[in-house]
Amino acid sequence: MRLNNIGYLLKEGFRGIFLHGFMSFAAVCVTVACLLIVGSFSALAYNLDIMVQELNRTSEILVLIDSSLSDAEARSIGTKINLLDNVLQSTFVSREEALEDFVADHDDDPAFSGVRAEDLRHRYVVVLEDNTKMEQTDEQLRQIPGVVKTDAAYELAEGFSTIQDVLHMVSAAVIAVLLVVSLLIISNTVKLAMYDRRDEIAIMKMVGATNGFIRLPFMVEGFTLGMVGAALAFGLEWAGYDALVQRIAAVDSLQLFSFVSFQELLIPMVMVFAAAGMFVGIVGSWTSIRKFMDV
Amino acid sequence: MIQFNNVVKSYEQGNNALNGVSMQIEDGEFCFLVGPSGSGKSTIIKLITGELKPSSGTIHVNGYSLERIRKREIPYLRRTVGVVFQDFRLIDKMTVYENVAFAMRVVGAREKEIRDRVPYVLELVGLENKLSRHPHEMSGGEQQRLAIARALVNNPSTIIADEPTGNLDPERSYEIMALLQEINNLGTTVLVVTHAQDLVELFQKRVIAIDEGQIVSDGTEDEEENTDEAE
Ligand SMILES: Nc1ncnc2c1ncn2[C@@H]1O[C@H](COP(=O)(O)OP(=O)(O)OP(=O)(O)O)[C@@H](O)[C@H]1O
Ligand SMILES: [Mg+2]
Repeated sequence: MRLNNIGYLLKEGFRGIFLHGFMSFAAVCVTVACLLIVGSFSALAYNLDIMVQELNRTSEILVLIDSSLSDAEARSIGTKINLLDNVLQSTFVSREEALEDFVADHDDDPAFSGVRAEDLRHRYVVVLEDNTKMEQTDEQLRQIPGVVKTDAAYELAEGFSTIQDVLHMVSAAVIAVLLVVSLLIISNTVKLAMYDRRDEIAIMKMVGATNGFIRLPFMVEGFTLGMVGAALAFGLEWAGYDALVQRIAAVDSLQLFSFVSFQELLIPMVMVFAAAGMFVGIVGSWTSIRKFMDV
Repeated sequence: MIQFNNVVKSYEQGNNALNGVSMQIEDGEFCFLVGPSGSGKSTIIKLITGELKPSSGTIHVNGYSLERIRKREIPYLRRTVGVVFQDFRLIDKMTVYENVAFAMRVVGAREKEIRDRVPYVLELVGLENKLSRHPHEMSGGEQQRLAIARALVNNPSTIIADEPTGNLDPERSYEIMALLQEINNLGTTVLVVTHAQDLVELFQKRVIAIDEGQIVSDGTEDEEENTDEAE
């Protein structure tokens, strides 16, 4: 296809958009709304994945040793811990070291100024191979003589995985429904444009224009609507995401949720929005063109 | 060249619109197609332009075999056949010039070719002074001239007109028919469907008469009268 034809086809495509200003506007708005929700779900799912990963990586079991045992006895328990199947690594932390950490954490708090090393227990920090078996391993650790207490966050980890699973399913469903909605509205806009120009289309066919040539302006129109919607939605998503993350960061009780910055999401987000915009634009116009051209 | 061989066309419901039509129109010929309403004239035209497929029989148009033409070849067939209708089918929001240029543009012509060719055909049909008019600002005769210019602009070897004078008074009708004859003199094959008996007699060209989907006579007016007498 020659260059001047491409110019013509692009011009015709854009003309269609302005010819049906209101319908195009409505199509872009619905697409923006749908893609915003699609984007938000994607962002949430992404963040949750990262949180769960983080949680899995950092989740350790703290094993506290009976304080009546001698230093040597306490250190010897490490061998037994290492014998367990699921233990990747265990690190002994003496009560003196634990005190240093404790003091460092509560530096300026006078309430803890009197804490001595003798008040604390020797401990092991145990890292697991497989976090999904945290509960069983925790049980086994507590069976070891000399272990008085363990501290594991497996309920939290499991809770997160459940949320993650549910969110993945809900996201997939919501994304599918919303993509279909924007697809339909773009399809309708293009159908309207084609109906409006049915006489021109008939003349094009009569003088021997190829179907590809007749189709292209409408493809351009649908594609542009999809991409404009995607670009607007992307901008709004970015602004909205940053605002939300800042708010969440400001609330102490929500410290548990750490959201990545939008910059970190930039590339996956650009891809999600571009793909969604292209998809609804091209497929949307294609479906109505298919119906229209077969007359 | 247009060649029909024992062509039958039946629509989904009802009788056969064409019932074994055979005819041949040579390159450069001028030919009238006449017959009562519902006899199958428009059906023949739609078969020639590939809008319909024959139910049986074979059709050859300008090198294409239409009984087995592929869908994607049809646009190229249509570039060899310019079509003119009773109702003009112009684009009202475009000017005279744009209406003709549009037909070239949508088959992928270069802008330079368009600038050279459009004024030439508009002059041929006598609209060189109305380039920036819109169709609704012109008489029926002028609109039909514009439609003829558009049919001609891609330089087809054949022009087909389905009742081109159906909406025009006798004088404009004569002018349109004279224009089609002039185009024929320049080498284009012309097939005109018409009800205008007086014009058919006046122009003394080959006449194919059809009734109830069958060709009932084929020849010049004189010969036709002769056969009538012989029967
Ligand atoms: N789309 C269609 N579906 C069913 N029957 C049709 C269709 N088009 C035409 N016919 C029938 O086919 C026959 C031939 O129709 P056609 O349009 O070819 O006639 P015509 O000679 O052009 O008539 P007119 O002079 O009125 O234009 C008629 O009986 C008509 O009713
Ligand atoms: Mg007819």
